[in-house]
Amino acid sequence: MEVILVSLLNGLVYGMLLFMLASGLTLIFSMMGVLNFAHASIYMLGAYFAFETSRFLGFWPALIIAPALCGLLGAAIEVWGLRRVHQNGHIAELLFTFGLVFIIGRSVQMGWGMLPEPYRVPALLDFPLFTLYGLQFPAYRAFMLLVSAGMLGAIWLLLKRTRIGLIIQAALTHPGMVAALGHNVPQVFTIVFAGGCLLAGLAGVIGGNYQSTEPGMADAMGPIVFVVVVFGGLGSLAGCFIASIIMGMVSTFAVVIDASVADALRPFGITLRADDLLTEILTVPVARIGALLPLLMMVLILFFRPRGLMGTRDT
Amino acid sequence: MKYQRILAAAFATLLGVAAWSPSSRAADNTIKIGYVDPFSGPFAATGNNFLKVFNYVLEIVNAEGGPLGKKYELVTFDSKLQPAEALIALKSITDQNLPFVMHCVGSNVGAAMVDAVSKHNARNPDNRLIYMNCGALATELTNEQCDFWQFRFTANVDQRAVARIKTLPKSVTSVYVLNQDYLFGQSVQKATLKYLAQYRPDVKIVADELVPFGKVQDFSPYIAKIKASGAQSLVTSNYDRDLNLLMKAGNDAGLDIRYDSYLAHQPGGPTSTGPAGDNRLTSIMEFHDNVPAEEHNEAGQKFVDGFRSRADFNFIPLDYLTMFRMVTAAINKAGSTDALKVALALENMKVTDLMGDENIMRGEDHQLLSPLHEAIFTRGAKLDAEHTGLGWKTEAKLSAADLTLPTTCKMKRPAQ
Repeated sequence: MEVILVSLLNGLVYGMLLFMLASGLTLIFSMMGVLNFAHASIYMLGAYFAFETSRFLGFWPALIIAPALCGLLGAAIEVWGLRRVHQNGHIAELLFTFGLVFIIGRSVQMGWGMLPEPYRVPALLDFPLFTLYGLQFPAYRAFMLLVSAGMLGAIWLLLKRTRIGLIIQAALTHPGMVAALGHNVPQVFTIVFAGGCLLAGLAGVIGGNYQSTEPGMADAMGPIVFVVVVFGGLGSLAGCFIASIIMGMVSTFAVVIDASVADALRPFGITLRADDLLTEILTVPVARIGALLPLLMMVLILFFRPRGLMGTRDT
Repeated sequence: MKYQRILAAAFATLLGVAAWSPSSRAADNTIKIGYVDPFSGPFAATGNNFLKVFNYVLEIVNAEGGPLGKKYELVTFDSKLQPAEALIALKSITDQNLPFVMHCVGSNVGAAMVDAVSKHNARNPDNRLIYMNCGALATELTNEQCDFWQFRFTANVDQRAVARIKTLPKSVTSVYVLNQDYLFGQSVQKATLKYLAQYRPDVKIVADELVPFGKVQDFSPYIAKIKASGAQSLVTSNYDRDLNLLMKAGNDAGLDIRYDSYLAHQPGGPTSTGPAGDNRLTSIMEFHDNVPAEEHNEAGQKFVDGFRSRADFNFIPLDYLTMFRMVTAAINKAGSTDALKVALALENMKVTDLMGDENIMRGEDHQLLSPLHEAIFTRGAKLDAEHTGLGWKTEAKLSAADLTLPTTCKMKRPAQ
């Protein structure tokens, strides 16, 4: 019981971090049709920018400055990079962002070195919020929940309740009509791409000290974010939210299950002998393969529901 | 037309570079060592840190006179931590007739290397080379898979496990064993369980777990499990990100436990552990910055100060200095870099290391017998690690004799 409650909380925190990352990615995709491979790299840059800013100005200014820098970088990438390669089609865009992954990764290695940076939780939030069955729940995790929930609310308001949101949504489905009505569609694209990068940067600021700030962090988060976006349905913010929470919970709960698939089959009278074809796979405890479950779920959903949980078009 | 001209120019440049390559300048005053390790990809940090260590070690060894009055020079090759890439590198090393190939990271790469070097030497008796293993730790490489042409200049998994278990405090009666789910982690897991049963039958193993290698983003659920198990100590060979995130999650949750690790001293470990590791993190290492002060050794202090002034991490692998001193002595004894003569000279060679302890290259299996330290990460240390304010302090030192384990190696020796 105690493990379940603790895992529930941790799964929520991790899920919300995933959502912060994935929401930016899904916004960019639904708007521009660009699958931004470099999204996790921007996340990493957000963490490094925040680390540098917090060295001189403290954590709180970093919370504003680092995402803003990432947003500006995103705008620059869109205006001088993506827009130029756009005329060569989606493959060119894909390869362009793929190249960015290497450029950003290598720049970070050259700029900050290979070792992790001592980017730590601010002193103001470095205390246990409450104790649950002898385990402390750090205040910083609660703060992460707060920031991501705030972000979720802000995006929703922006998209559904403001004029710019209206134009963005319209440009998503009818770019030609929106342009004909006198709106600058390329500029809307720039805003969306910058906004997505800003969200990734914000995730980096609060994820960088929750995990560790090092050159490998982009590679570590990249795949799982794609899994979330595909699972939730490309282009659906609500699907993205649900998928993030599911993935957070699955990753967290899988760890505490020491049973294997074979154990689950036993009550049905199926027992495996050592030399059966799949024995090796089926007797592995779920905890050991927990990290693979999200990928497995993605494969299954692509099989049975290619548009994802709440997607509006096929992947 | 224009393209053709550009192509021709590029080709000419390539030819120029090839003509200038090291192989055509063989007759100079250096002894070249082909060094294969990951210099790109996710493990690039490890390779590049080792390179810093070797550059420092070689400066010292070369200043001491070098073998036959010559200087060592490293020729680096990127293994990308892939056996296939390492074998391609080995091919160019043998093409250039380099007498030594050195490789540190990854037992999977090490196993491929042992095999390939052995085959190459059997087929090309005029162009043989020695494999200097400086970090492929799987014990099998000097047991079942042992080979005459491989020399392992660092303690293997079993030796480290013996050191780990023997130095576990008497007050610890329950441990949680946690390792990464791949070759090295499983090898440590096996050795840890074996020596726990042998040396500390009083210790209860409350859990024995493998975690996916480099895949876990949040270790909090593991911490909840560890808490529920009531273990006093977490014995783990996790390293890099998998150790940092584990300790971070433990500290966040206020888990009161000892972390008895195998590799927490690796570059970056102290930085990400930080103050939270104070007096609860221990590791098994060859050397650390405070050893010379603890043993009142001036030469050692000079060595440490020299490295501290140029790198931002602690110098740990003292056996790499021992390795080059041994190889130098062997080349001098052999009078040439002929692989067979050097290999025979290396067998059963005894060398006194920087701290005055005797190291032996065992002839039976070509495994170095050298001392190890068990040290705790603490504020009370004289020299800190990675500017954290905390440093390593030796709690126990195990001599080469303490760590001499039987071997099952049945070596096939070349005809002399």
